[in-house]
Formats: sequence, C-alpha cells, structure tokens
Amino acid sequence: MGIVNGKNFKGRVSEALKDQELRGNFRKAMDGLMTKRAAQFEDVDEWTRLRALGESIKKRALSKLPELLVQLEENLTKNGIKVHWAENVDQANEIILGILQSHDVKTVVKGKSMVSEEMELNHFLEPHGIKALEADLGEYIVQMAEEMPSHIIMPAIHMNKGQIAKLFEDKLPGTPYTEDAAKLTEIARKELRREFAEAGAGLSGVNFAVAETGTLCLVENEGNGRMVTTVPPVHIAVTGIEKVVENLSDVPALLSLLTRSATGQPITTYFNMISSPRKKGEKDGPEEVHLVLLDNGRSDVYRDAETRDTLQCIRCGACMNHCPVYTRVGGHAYGGVYPGPIGKILTPQLEGLDNYPEHPSASTLCNACVEICPVKIPIAKMLVRLRDENAGNCPHGEHPVKGRGSKSSAVEHASWKGWKAMNANPTTYKVATKAMSKMGNLMPSSLPMLSEWTSVRSKPKFASQTLHDLVKKMDVKDD
Amino acid sequence: MSRTYPDKPQSVYFFGTCLVDLFYPKAGVAGIELIKREGVDVIFPQGQSCCGQPAFNSGHRDEAREVARAQLDLFPKNIPVVLPSGSCAGMMHKHYPELFEGDRDYDKACELASRVFELSDFLLNVLKVSLEDKGDPLKITWHGSCHSQREMGVREQPKELIKQLSNVELVELKREKECCGFGGTFAVRQPEISAAMVSDKVDDAEATGADKLISGDCGCMMNITGHMEHRSSDLSGQHLAEFLWERTNGDR
Repeated sequence: MGIVNGKNFKGRVSEALKDQELRGNFRKAMDGLMTKRAAQFEDVDEWTRLRALGESIKKRALSKLPELLVQLEENLTKNGIKVHWAENVDQANEIILGILQSHDVKTVVKGKSMVSEEMELNHFLEPHGIKALEADLGEYIVQMAEEMPSHIIMPAIHMNKGQIAKLFEDKLPGTPYTEDAAKLTEIARKELRREFAEAGAGLSGVNFAVAETGTLCLVENEGNGRMVTTVPPVHIAVTGIEKVVENLSDVPALLSLLTRSATGQPITTYFNMISSPRKKGEKDGPEEVHLVLLDNGRSDVYRDAETRDTLQCIRCGACMNHCPVYTRVGGHAYGGVYPGPIGKILTPQLEGLDNYPEHPSASTLCNACVEICPVKIPIAKMLVRLRDENAGNCPHGEHPVKGRGSKSSAVEHASWKGWKAMNANPTTYKVATKAMSKMGNLMPSSLPMLSEWTSVRSKPKFASQTLHDLVKKMDVKDD
Repeated sequence: MSRTYPDKPQSVYFFGTCLVDLFYPKAGVAGIELIKREGVDVIFPQGQSCCGQPAFNSGHRDEAREVARAQLDLFPKNIPVVLPSGSCAGMMHKHYPELFEGDRDYDKACELASRVFELSDFLLNVLKVSLEDKGDPLKITWHGSCHSQREMGVREQPKELIKQLSNVELVELKREKECCGFGGTFAVRQPEISAAMVSDKVDDAEATGADKLISGDCGCMMNITGHMEHRSSDLSGQHLAEFLWERTNGDR
C-alpha cells in the first residue's frame, strides 16, 4: 500500500481522537447503524439459523476454492466473459490498463470496489492519461475530497452534511451551499449522468461470483452499479478470489445476511446478475465483459486452516459498525483499505505484520465483532493468533503470517517469562504476591506501563492482605 | 448461549483470580460467603494463582499454557469451579480447550472448562438464591464485562440478582453492552483509545444519576473506578459480590 500504511497508527489515532466533529460523526452514524441492524434480526432463532447457513456456505466454498475458481473460469468463458488472473496488484493494474488502452479509453466510471482500492487503481491509471471516476455517491465524495474511504460500505460516513455541502460548494463550480441531502444527490447525479454516457469503460466490484453458472452478482443501492455495468461499451469487474460461491442457490442467504448486517436494509434497491456481454438483439449492455481475479496474498491466508476463516468475509462492515475502537478513531486511522475489526486481521495478513504492527493490539477483544459477524469469523481468535505471530511466537510454524515477529522484543519476552515463573509455581506466587501486598503501592507512577495507565486513571491499590491470606481465617478448606 | 446447570452441589471450588487476590480480596471473601450461606462448602485451593489470560491475550501462548497447566490439577473433584470474574471464567471455560489443543493435558483442560461458572450465574441458576435486602435505598448502575456477556453468556443474571434487592434502584447505562476500554494490556498498549473509551463509560455512568457502579469483573472495575477517581467523580464502584454481601448481610 503506497500512499498510507499502518505504521503511524498511533499518530493518526491521536489526531482522530482530538477531532471532536469526527468523533461525533462516527458516534451518530454507528449508533444509527447498530439500531437498524438490530431491528432486522429481532428474531433470534431466524438469525441463528441464517447465520449458521451463511457460515456453512462460505466454509464449503472455501473448502473447494481452487476447484470452484476453475469452474468459475470455465463457465464465465463459456458465457463470453474474459477471465484474467492476477497474483498481485501490479499485475491486476497492468491487466486493466491493457484492456483500457486496447479500447483507447480515456475515462472509466467506477462502481464501488474495495479491491480496486486495494490496487490503488485510480492513482495507477492517472499518469497513463486515464481518468477513473467514482460513481458511488460516498466514493464520489471522498474522491472529491482527495481522501480514502473510511468505511467499506459507507465511504464518506466520517463526514456530516455540513462538511459535504462545503465540499460541493468548493469543488463544483456554480454549486450553492446546501445541506439538503436530496439536492446534494441531485447535483452528483447530474455530474455523473454525463460521465456514464461518455465513459469508454465501466469498472465494478463483485459481491458473489457463482461458479455453477458463471454469474457475477453485484449488490448496490444507487443504480450507479447498473450504469457502470451496462452503459459503457466495456465492463471490467475486479474481485478477490475469495468471493466465489458454489451455487446460485447459495446467494439468497448471503445476500440477506449482507444487506441486513450492513445497513439494516431487508434488501437493496438493485441486485445485478451479470452473466454475459450484450447478446445479439439485446438493446443494452457492454460489448465486452472482463473479470480480474486478484490473489494479492489471499492464497497465503488460505493455506493455513486457522487464518483461512478470514476469507469468509462478505464485506458487510457490521464489525466496524459495532466496534468501540472503530467508532472512536474512524476508518482513516487504520491506514489500510480495510478498517475496523476485519481490517485488523485481514490487512496485516495481506500486507504483512511489519507494515501494520499495531493492528492486532488495537482491540480489547471485547468480541462485539464476533457476536455480530454474519458468517461467524472468529475475529478475536485471529487477533490473538496475530499477536502470537507479532511477538514471534507463531504456534503454527508451517504457515506463518507475513512479517511475523515484527514486534518481537527481548524485554517483552523476558517479562512474560518472569510472569510465568511467578504464576506457574504456588511457592513463587505466594512470595511474589506477599511482596506486592507489602511494597506494591510504593511503585512510582512513572514506571513504564504504569505511567500509561495513570495518565487517565488512579494507581491501582494493592490490598494489604491477599485473598489467599484472608481465606485462611475463614471456614474454607484447602483441597 | 445457554448451558445446562447442575443441581445444587454439596461443595464447590472457588478460583479467586489474581486481580481479586491482589487488589480486591474483599470481593473474593464476599463471593465465598454468598455461596456458603446457601449451605454449600467452599474449597479454596491455596495452590491457585492466575488463569493465564494476560499472557494468552498478549500473544504469549506458551507462557499462558504453563500457568494454566499449574491450575489443572488443583480442582480434581467433579464439582463446579466458581469465579468472581466473567473474564477469567471465559478464559477457563472457553479458551482452555483452545490453548491445550494438541497438548497432553487437552482432556483435562476440557473437563475443567466444562465445570467453570461465573459467580452471578452460579448464584442465580445453580444455587437459585433469593436475596433479602437489608440496606438503605440506593440507586446504582450496572456494567457488564464483555467476556462475561459474550464468552460466558452472562448478561441478565447479575441484574436479576440486583433486582431481588428491594431497596436498590437499578438504572441501566445507555450503552451497557459497550466495552469500557480495559482489555488487559490494551489499556497500556493503546492508552489513548482506552482513555477515550473509559471516559465515555464514566460519562454514561454519571448520566444515570446513580450513586454507585457495580460490576462483576475486576479488570473493568480497576479501569472504570480508576478513571472515576482520576476525574474526582462523585460515583464510586464496587464488585457485585461485595455489594450483594453487604446489602444482604446487614454489614455496612
């Protein structure tokens, strides 16, 4: 990831926490999204069943991922869709550039695609004289603001109406300041209509790629997805290899989980199923459809039975909406494409722990994300695994995560060894706790760790007698 | 999350946890007294230390396993093991099987895990206590720990116990389910985010107009009350066991 990375996480967190307006925007937005989602899953039994189904569909698909990808390619090809494989983002960008150049495309209109963010496609195309215009309203706004998305579903959720009104006024000549959401949408719509009609190509992501039928499914609310996939003469879809599902009948359950978890909608406005380029006699649709299948580290994640669960993600963003850390620091603090809980496990696995060293520790393991994930990704378990790897303690040596051991520190290893020596033996435990009861309160607040703690809290007070001591005076047996 | 509860046993083991041992021993004593009052014998193995969670959550699984292993033989009888902490209970109940996967002590760890109960859950669903309030009228609020809620399925149990106290008014937090920002080493590894979280939690608690905040976990307690003291809040905090014992024993 060229422009930003995870290394200055703490600096960005600090900035975000100071920005009261940003914090207010997130709090309000996340509270609203949590309420809307909860209303969708009031029936706990239904939620439990649907979620188990969603998990099993994704697990089944992943269990035969290589075969399904081959089947997908065969069926897409049969349908007239051209399939391209990209091992990394450079290859994916080159493939897309090649397609655009062969059609002499100057402007490509884009639907929302996190994979294209992962590729930094827009920046890549710019020096080649190709303009990539975001057509999703949220993406359109962040592109205008020259920012990255701060949420995978709602890219501009960090901004309030006033900030967007000001942005439109500044960047679109002749636009008066208005906080009326309908008017702002109207302005964007007018700008985009012309681009849709003139663009040489459209680019979109993929929500589910169905191996059985060779169908690309695209979920969206604004109609921009339908525009970019039907109006321009060429449509390029990009997706990570984990988005493949086995059968068409797998889609309804996942779709239901996706929309309800993401925005609290029972269903989206548009559900596009793309199965071929325009056929003879058809009035619209692109003449050419391409699919770029991106790996970019996903095979490495796939190789390990434990980390593989990460790839179950259907990109609903519910884990972000429910994360107390994300709610406070916002998406930009993470520095990667995928923020929040899923970002904390996915990004270091794709981009290396050395590039995102703080991600695994930026969680209280409160499990709010685990409770909410519609496909049951064990995010907390994975965070603990990544902490093990970060410290160089990989318990599954055959498939270490990229950048393993990036936070390995001799001092930390020594202190946990000391902690073990104290706690693994009853005698040393008693000696140590006795000493702490007597002297612990004399520790100066300036000690490392304690000073972090006491910056906003009083120093914990050791009791003069431990519970071990007190129970000896009670009518309590020892064994 | 639902689990099968055993019949009321003749005796139980009590696992005090290291935070209770060192910082909140009175909560441990109160927990033991609450169980004993129901006619159940309590065994407190003096060899116990820590469940191993601090190292486990920090990415030092080998050290966590050795400390956890030291606890495995301390509870040999087939009777419940009760903990005054949802977080440590979560470690033993949910994570021991994970921690000992492929280890020679795996079966032992799973067997122990199956007998682990969080105190309030145990008082309510196994001992089926009914509490008589002997205290003056008081308004309190409740903070449920994340691990209690999401690893032990203990959400309503502590509040059910509190509601048995006739003179106590329980005012719920606006964001009761939200984490207080403790997270063990999170509080020192990510101090700024943790500070923002605990500060919001205390704002929420103060807004209830309660006199006291009650919690069943000493990690959360230390974090929340530590911040209350730091900002000289009028609110104080107390562990659920100590609170219940005080209210029902006429002990002020």
